[in-house]
Amino acid sequence: MRLTYFAYLAASICLAGVLYRLGRWFVLPLGPESLETTPLRRGINAGRAVFAAVIHPRRLALMLRALLLEVAGQRQILRQSPLRWVMHMALSFGILLLLLVHTFDDYTVARLFSDYAATLNPYMLLRNLLGLLALAGVIVALARRWRDPVIRGTTRRADRLLLWLLAAIVVSGAVLEAAQIVSPNFFDQMVVDYMGSDDPEEIAPLKAYWAKYFDVAFTPPPAADAAALEEGAQLHADYCASCHARPTSAVMAYPLARAFKPLAATMARIDLETWLWYAHYLISCLALALLPFTKLFHLLTTPLSLMVRAQGPAAADAAVNRPARRAMGLDACTHCGECSRHCSVAPIFQVIPNREILPSEKLSGVARLAAGRTSPRTAMALAEGSFICTACGRCTLWCPSGIDLQDLWAASKKDLRRSGYPDPHGWIRRHSASQWAEILAGHAAPAAAKPAVCLTDNPNTFWACVQCSTCTNVCPVVAVSADPQRDLEMTPQQVMNLMRLQLKEAAMGARMVWDCVTCYKCQEHCPQGVRVADVLYELRNEACRRLSFAQERRASNPNRTTIIPPASSEGKPGA
Amino acid sequence: MAALRYLYFPGCKLTPFLPDYDRDTRAVLAALDVTLEESELNCCGYPMRHNDFTAAMYCGVRVLALAGHKGLPLLTPCKCCYGNLKQADYWMRRSSDLRRRMNTLLEKEGLFWREDLVVRHLLTALDQDIGPARLGARVRRPLDRLKVAAHYGCHALRPGDVTQFDNPLAPTIFERVLAATGARCVEWPLRLECCGQPLWEKNDRLALALTRRKLVDAREAGARVLATACTYCQLQFDQARGPGDPAAVSVSKILAAAFEIEEAEVSGFEF
Repeated sequence: MRLTYFAYLAASICLAGVLYRLGRWFVLPLGPESLETTPLRRGINAGRAVFAAVIHPRRLALMLRALLLEVAGQRQILRQSPLRWVMHMALSFGILLLLLVHTFDDYTVARLFSDYAATLNPYMLLRNLLGLLALAGVIVALARRWRDPVIRGTTRRADRLLLWLLAAIVVSGAVLEAAQIVSPNFFDQMVVDYMGSDDPEEIAPLKAYWAKYFDVAFTPPPAADAAALEEGAQLHADYCASCHARPTSAVMAYPLARAFKPLAATMARIDLETWLWYAHYLISCLALALLPFTKLFHLLTTPLSLMVRAQGPAAADAAVNRPARRAMGLDACTHCGECSRHCSVAPIFQVIPNREILPSEKLSGVARLAAGRTSPRTAMALAEGSFICTACGRCTLWCPSGIDLQDLWAASKKDLRRSGYPDPHGWIRRHSASQWAEILAGHAAPAAAKPAVCLTDNPNTFWACVQCSTCTNVCPVVAVSADPQRDLEMTPQQVMNLMRLQLKEAAMGARMVWDCVTCYKCQEHCPQGVRVADVLYELRNEACRRLSFAQERRASNPNRTTIIPPASSEGKPGA
Repeated sequence: MAALRYLYFPGCKLTPFLPDYDRDTRAVLAALDVTLEESELNCCGYPMRHNDFTAAMYCGVRVLALAGHKGLPLLTPCKCCYGNLKQADYWMRRSSDLRRRMNTLLEKEGLFWREDLVVRHLLTALDQDIGPARLGARVRRPLDRLKVAAHYGCHALRPGDVTQFDNPLAPTIFERVLAATGARCVEWPLRLECCGQPLWEKNDRLALALTRRKLVDAREAGARVLATACTYCQLQFDQARGPGDPAAVSVSKILAAAFEIEEAEVSGFEF
């Protein structure tokens, strides 16, 4: 059987893929801890940790509890939404049990029950019910991805494609079974194989019987008188009954078979059932080969992740194990989008359309960063999203895969800083106020990106300023500096003076603006009612906008590489 | 007196980083017959203010709208959350452009901003809604040996016209609440200064210089405890505390000690 080679090929790809993905857990640099260790040490320590967890009774109990409640019972999903739980239970148990009683039946049920035949009950009924179950799961999953606005926004083509792939396996299987039920060719083949006869006279009664009770669509339909049927029943009992139950219990395939009956002649002519068999077999092989390279991989990783999570948060684990735990977390993500639904800062995405703000999207960005597959533009977007995160921990609380996202984000923020993509405060530290004035001068964002309130463009904001220097005198940041000109480049009063002269760019990158502690004393004490602290906030906002706008421009025009100069350790006083 | 009900807004950092403050606040308010309703609310927008005003305002306005939807006043134990929610409210009143943009976004979720929504900080609720008299009546163990420095922090107090917290130049609300427990509040010159937290992870050296300065000032004024009423301030004092410095303790823990609430973890400090 040449198709078997495809199965072996798919299985080899799957195995190699799984080994590759597992290997990456000990290689990917995730978090500063990964700098102080080697892949070998990471591997050895992970092995040790697993061993320790297995021999320690309490920890083993924790793992088994997680296996039962979280993996098998999917308690976390139930907590989120009963409908989603029904969906995922139907999908996961439908597919897993199909694998067990249908795909690998030769190694499971056939070994257990000597009289096993796929066309006998309860196996036929069970297979059809499981198919329906899995299909129902796929339909609810697709509906969920379509109905929930947050989930619809984060759904990628791959998420839908995988669901369609599962649906294709189940549907092709059902259609195949239906085609086999009505197929006269299949009947003839079976008669040759099991009855050992090719005598039309001898077969005729069996044909009549199978046309009536087993819905085989013969052309022309055999005569079905009572005598023939009685004889057919006897032949059936002798040759067929030990392997064949009536197809009515094929609850999914039988209605299809009834529908196909009028087309049976055409189907037989083009040998459709063979083609359907190829399709069903090859699509299933495709799914197997894709397993390690898509989120289907979560079949293996999510149970692991949940059992590891049951041992405690990553922060409580040994430092050497944390990078591997994070890598495993990346692989355990099913992109279900639950984290983004509960993310504290998700509303910001409505104002700043950077997908990396949403945890479910940021996770792939972190994976790309770790694998070294980022461009400056994507890394910049990832940094923007990452530093917006307030570490509220809700994503971790809701993640049904047990990923310690809180720990992952803390690590990825450090990785971003280290790779030269800090938060805006970090960027500004790289150059002096006058350098930034030059860099940012040409990058005023388009009018559409203007904030709803804009104080700095309005001369009325500053007209009352008399340069009395009260703001500077009450500023705690100025107060702790031995030399404000050196540490801060300018004082609040000097910033206000530049603003009076409408020299926004000159002030935008000043240390004073970025070391403002936002205590609002300057504003509260200003005898002229100038909104000093609000203006400093606005200058930072404007610089942030220009920074990301400049980066966008650089991305769209690769020849202009000088917009944001590379990091330099010099040039910034007091840094 | 009608039972007080609020929509509780813990803010992002409270539960993961200061579970004590969260638990003590709930316990103290429960002891005062205050009901806290809960709902999943987004970030107040304060951390976003550095990056984008409109995004920061949308976060705040959305929280206000969700509270408005429930018809409950908001209560937060964090001064930075309080400050930004008040900023959102203030700018929504002042800027028609902001109102238009925010309403467009809120409408997508069937939400709307209500002008009459009340935002309370834990201290304003304790002082104005509950009142020092009721606090005093609940005290089981007067803390009259405790010398405490009330740390005001910035974002609830200033800008006064926006936050309407207390007199921004000479506030007394924190001392009033603490005095109800019998504690003695010390005079200290830097009581209205910043804790330094807003610059943490941005300029750590400077942030710590500001924090240390305050701790030393409180110590020199004779305080054994520095009272906070803000998640960020508490976090900052905790990480900057040196030997001999007064311990930063949340107002909720101080009240819990005075109320002799058992669930509250008050050991470790001799009140």
